[in-house]
Amino acid sequence: MNTLALWFHKLGSPPTFYRFAGALRPWLLALALLAGAIGLYGGLVLAPADYQQGDAYRIIFIHVPSAWMSLFVYACMAVAGFVALVWRIKLAEIVAMECAPIGATFTFITLVTGSLWGKPMWGTWWTWDARLTSELVLLFLYLGVIGLYYAIEDRRKAARAAAFLALVGIVNLPIVHFSVVWWNTLHQGSTVRILGPSHIAPSMLWPLLTMALAAKFYFGASLLGRARVALLAQEGGKDWVRALAQAEGGA
Amino acid sequence: MNPTRKRRMTLVLLILGAVGVAAALTVYALQQNMNYLLTPSQVLAGQGAGYKTFRLGGMVKTGSVRRDAHSLTVDFTVTDGDHDLPVEYTGILPDLFRENQAVIATGHMDGARFVATEVLAKHDENYMPKELAAAMAKAHAKHHVGTPDPGPGTRQESAPAPSP
Repeated sequence: MNTLALWFHKLGSPPTFYRFAGALRPWLLALALLAGAIGLYGGLVLAPADYQQGDAYRIIFIHVPSAWMSLFVYACMAVAGFVALVWRIKLAEIVAMECAPIGATFTFITLVTGSLWGKPMWGTWWTWDARLTSELVLLFLYLGVIGLYYAIEDRRKAARAAAFLALVGIVNLPIVHFSVVWWNTLHQGSTVRILGPSHIAPSMLWPLLTMALAAKFYFGASLLGRARVALLAQEGGKDWVRALAQAEGGA
Repeated sequence: MNPTRKRRMTLVLLILGAVGVAAALTVYALQQNMNYLLTPSQVLAGQGAGYKTFRLGGMVKTGSVRRDAHSLTVDFTVTDGDHDLPVEYTGILPDLFRENQAVIATGHMDGARFVATEVLAKHDENYMPKELAAAMAKAHAKHHVGTPDPGPGTRQESAPAPSP
């Protein structure tokens, strides 16, 4: 085994991960705060008003990064769930399950901010078009994963059952993403494109991308923090947790 | 990889594949009959006949908006380029409603007119500052770019003034 694979293998053990996550988390949080501050200042102060929507468009600096994260976090949860199902790694189970509340929050923010923008711009808070409906289904999938996880007594069995639900639900991701292409929807198509030019002025694009970066860092920090707590709770009786508690002077 | 893991992986991948195929078929089937809206051409071809109420989508034709002086009633024509359909609506229109703007109206046919109970404005995916939109409109006018859409600059004139 080469060094990288060995390091990765070691990282799967709870004590190593606990230390590693604890060291990395403050940095991610700092980066998230920094990028978030720059992105918000750029988006709310520096970026010009839109030619049609005036200042109301500024909600995209929250809405679009949250929407991207709602899909990204789900993909992370499904990949971790897959690893948990096939290799039965305890850490993968915990990571998959701790993704769910974060993703559900991002999805909720996406729906609420979209609704707030939709009322003045479209003329309605909500409509059952394909994009809005599939995003709502995404929220229900997250809630289903959380619900299933806490409905089963045995933590490890619960994680595997919920991971399976998360994995099956991944078919919704392409539906959310391509819904605006496949159907006639009220929701507009993608503004920012990876391939080809984006339909947004550069002065508005950079704060948007900075906010997206901030959301990514925040997700990393939040996930590591949640996973550490979940690890402690699940490994409560193990030697390494006892040693840790003694070292912290709690015992 | 040991045989147990291999078996689990095959099983999970098989289930994922089956779910994927099922979802793809559902999406494919829904594409044929999940219409969020009908265009004026589709309505005039009789596709709206089976619905009590339906959504009508298209652009508001230039110069077609008539507001009643004493009520909230608005008349305008929705066009998809090929065919036009007169629409009547009583109520408050969204901010983005203007000529040459894509709208989606919910309502029913009353003879040859469409009576809307709700009018929603569809926003496009373009975001740009006012100055850029004005500059683009000027450049379009200079080079006589002949498009059915007169460009964002024209829209801006009829727009409610954006806050500074």
